Amino acid sequence: MAARKPAAQANVSKEELLSYYRDMLLIRRFEEKAGQLYGMGLIGGFCHLYIGQEAVVVGLEACTKEGDKRVTSYRDHGHMLACGMDANGVMAELTGREGGYSKGKGGSMHMFSKEKHFYGGHGIVGAQVPLGAGLAFSDKYRGNDNVTFAYFGDGAANQGQVYETYNMAELWDLPVIFVIENNQYAMGTSVARSTKSTSLYGRGEAYGIKGEEVDGMSVLAVKEAGERAVAHCRAGKGPYILEVKTYRYRGHSMSDPAKYRTREEVQKMREERDPIEQIRAMLLTGSHASEDDLKKIDKEIKDIVNESAEFAKTSPEPALDELWTDIYA
Amino acid sequence: MATEILMPALSPTMEEGTLAKWLKKEGDTISAGDIIAEIETDKATMEFEAVDEGIMGKILIAEGTENVKVNTPIAVLVEDGEEVPADAGQSAPAAEAAPAVAAAPAPAAAAPAAPKVDQSPDWPEGTPMKTQTVREALRDAMAEEMRRDPDVFLMGEEVGEYQGAYKISQGMLDEFGSKRVIDTPITEHGFAGIATGAAFGGLKPIVEFMTFNFAMQAIDHIINSAAKTLYMSGGQMGAPMVFRGPNGAAARVGAQHSQDYAAWYAQIPGLKVVMPYSAADYKGLMKQAIRDPNPVIFLENEILYGKSFEVPVLDDFTIPFGKAKVCRSGNDVTIVSFGIGMTYALEAAEKLAEDGIDAEVIDLRTLRPLDYDTVIASVMKTNRMVTVEEGWPVGSIGNHLSAYVMTHAFDYLDAPVLNCTGKDVPMPYAANLEKHALVTTAEVIDAVKQVTYR
Ligand SMILES: Cc1ncc(C[n+]2csc(CCOP(=O)(O)OP(=O)(O)O)c2C)c(N)n1
Ligand SMILES: [Mg+2]
Repeated sequence: MAARKPAAQANVSKEELLSYYRDMLLIRRFEEKAGQLYGMGLIGGFCHLYIGQEAVVVGLEACTKEGDKRVTSYRDHGHMLACGMDANGVMAELTGREGGYSKGKGGSMHMFSKEKHFYGGHGIVGAQVPLGAGLAFSDKYRGNDNVTFAYFGDGAANQGQVYETYNMAELWDLPVIFVIENNQYAMGTSVARSTKSTSLYGRGEAYGIKGEEVDGMSVLAVKEAGERAVAHCRAGKGPYILEVKTYRYRGHSMSDPAKYRTREEVQKMREERDPIEQIRAMLLTGSHASEDDLKKIDKEIKDIVNESAEFAKTSPEPALDELWTDIYA
Repeated sequence: MATEILMPALSPTMEEGTLAKWLKKEGDTISAGDIIAEIETDKATMEFEAVDEGIMGKILIAEGTENVKVNTPIAVLVEDGEEVPADAGQSAPAAEAAPAVAAAPAPAAAAPAAPKVDQSPDWPEGTPMKTQTVREALRDAMAEEMRRDPDVFLMGEEVGEYQGAYKISQGMLDEFGSKRVIDTPITEHGFAGIATGAAFGGLKPIVEFMTFNFAMQAIDHIINSAAKTLYMSGGQMGAPMVFRGPNGAAARVGAQHSQDYAAWYAQIPGLKVVMPYSAADYKGLMKQAIRDPNPVIFLENEILYGKSFEVPVLDDFTIPFGKAKVCRSGNDVTIVSFGIGMTYALEAAEKLAEDGIDAEVIDLRTLRPLDYDTVIASVMKTNRMVTVEEGWPVGSIGNHLSAYVMTHAFDYLDAPVLNCTGKDVPMPYAANLEKHALVTTAEVIDAVKQVTYR
């Protein structure tokens, strides 16, 4: 199945468009700031930015209800902001400070929020896939209608544990949505260099799992496909696969020279497909908002992000005895 | 001829059982495959089939009898017209004993016989030297071996077109082509298994793990397939290959990316384990590892990759496994370390010298085989030992060495051996906590002062 064009564009309300715009812009500005703090040495280790992929998580979060769960990889900042986690707490975790979601002990790749049902932040490629199915297992066991979103990359899609999970998830009708964020590269390896079976969602067929490809640069398309997936899962029909075609503008992590693709390729994507620009244009052409309205939003977002950076810089380092806590419950 | 029917073992753990029921009686004709009795094991009630044919001559154990030992005669089968022999059932319940074998050689005796120490130089005196980073030394070692032996190839994530995630394989795709420098998908368990199979097939794979943290995905093949096959096949086939990549903490990459696996792999019989410190050792030991007919775990370190050392300029240069290096000789205390731990050991020794403490520093270089003799000889001289490593304290290399020294040189010790290790916690991300989680030079100095009672 080719990516469907979002049918319902015309009926999208102004409020909905504005909230997508706001949520995506928050991620974009937050990530830009994180990149800046990394450059200043305030963030260390690995730091994987989500810039370019904002529509994926924002579109899918728009399909969720309280109780739904999410789990993802190390490229997790966007997911946390989109599910309502506090920008201050996320940024302070990036700087390894006491005010961070993991008290500074997890870092960029490992953050969690029980309150927001965000189960991490996992550094081992593919590990979050069975974990996501396990979260779904827990909901099915309890008999509620929650669903779990298990996000993973095109590179992760080649890991063996993904297919072990597909098999059991379908066998046991687990309410899990496998979201393949296909940003076309796993570090420096393009999808075509890592597999001959390039229809990643199609691999679910072997296990009897329904799936579809989605235009991940369009938040509306993501939302629409997300609703189908969620309806399927909530109805107890088992797992669903969304292969969301997206693109990361920045390097794999801050230390990636990105020689595996051309500048033009990135530039073209930014200019022609940018998810935030698409919504911005819709808001303006549909006369839902004026330039001034949008400027106001931009300013609000900038303030949130600046405040988070300030918080992340001034929050103290964790107390030294934190080294020895949380090892056992 | 009369045949005894013996109480069968019907599970791997069964030593005795209950003869629950006879399904044949004396005088019945029995064909092979007939179910003759029901036997209760410790796990289940099983049907017992006849193997031989004949006539049930005599039932020796009545049904309902409990605790019948395996191999006890329970009945006698006779041929048509044959009498049941008078001594039927008198033979002792004994399994056929295997022929005696020569006693296994005892492990080395615990006597502190003068250890045989080989501290011959690693290269001839007067060899010209050049300055190289660990990164360059590793690449040269692999490239030289690949030129020498067409069966050697490199496989891993981003080793080819990307030129290596840490640039170790820089230029190798250009020189050797994609047949021998192979980019894999992110599928460690799969490609470690494929490489092991290729090694069974006679090739000599070098498997790069982007970091050893990801080798946990593949550890089943490393241990169950690569390490054990030579033994399981009675020596017919094994896995001549190298598993290599950065190991241990880098800088602030958090709990899932900062683990030292030295002690884990050093525990496995069938693996050889190398963890070098200097560029010359990286080069000589990597070449040795590729030539070794066994699976070799080669533990590198990201922080050391960029560090420069003097490397001999030789056409062919290898360092044998199991030969530690005394990097600094001294009389007051023996500091034993390996890999990045050497940074702290050497730095501590320098500082201790300023305080008048003369430390001997030993770089183990390989952890399996391990050069016990060099360690023991040094302890016999200094009477004190401190070990330094980055990994966790429980079941550490230091623990193992302490036990070894206690067993083999107890009378020479003037103080308990102290182990300096990483802290017993997952690696935290916060900068201040990470510093405290890692072993430090100050801790080594402290330990030395304790064992020297200063
Ligand atoms: C098991 C494992 N192998 C290798 C790595 C190193 N690594 C981290 S991210 C990555 C690429 C993953 O690409 P993809 O799944 O497409 O996700 P993306 O980074 O594009 O979001 C690799 C190889 C790892 N973290 N875990
Ligand atoms: Mg990707």
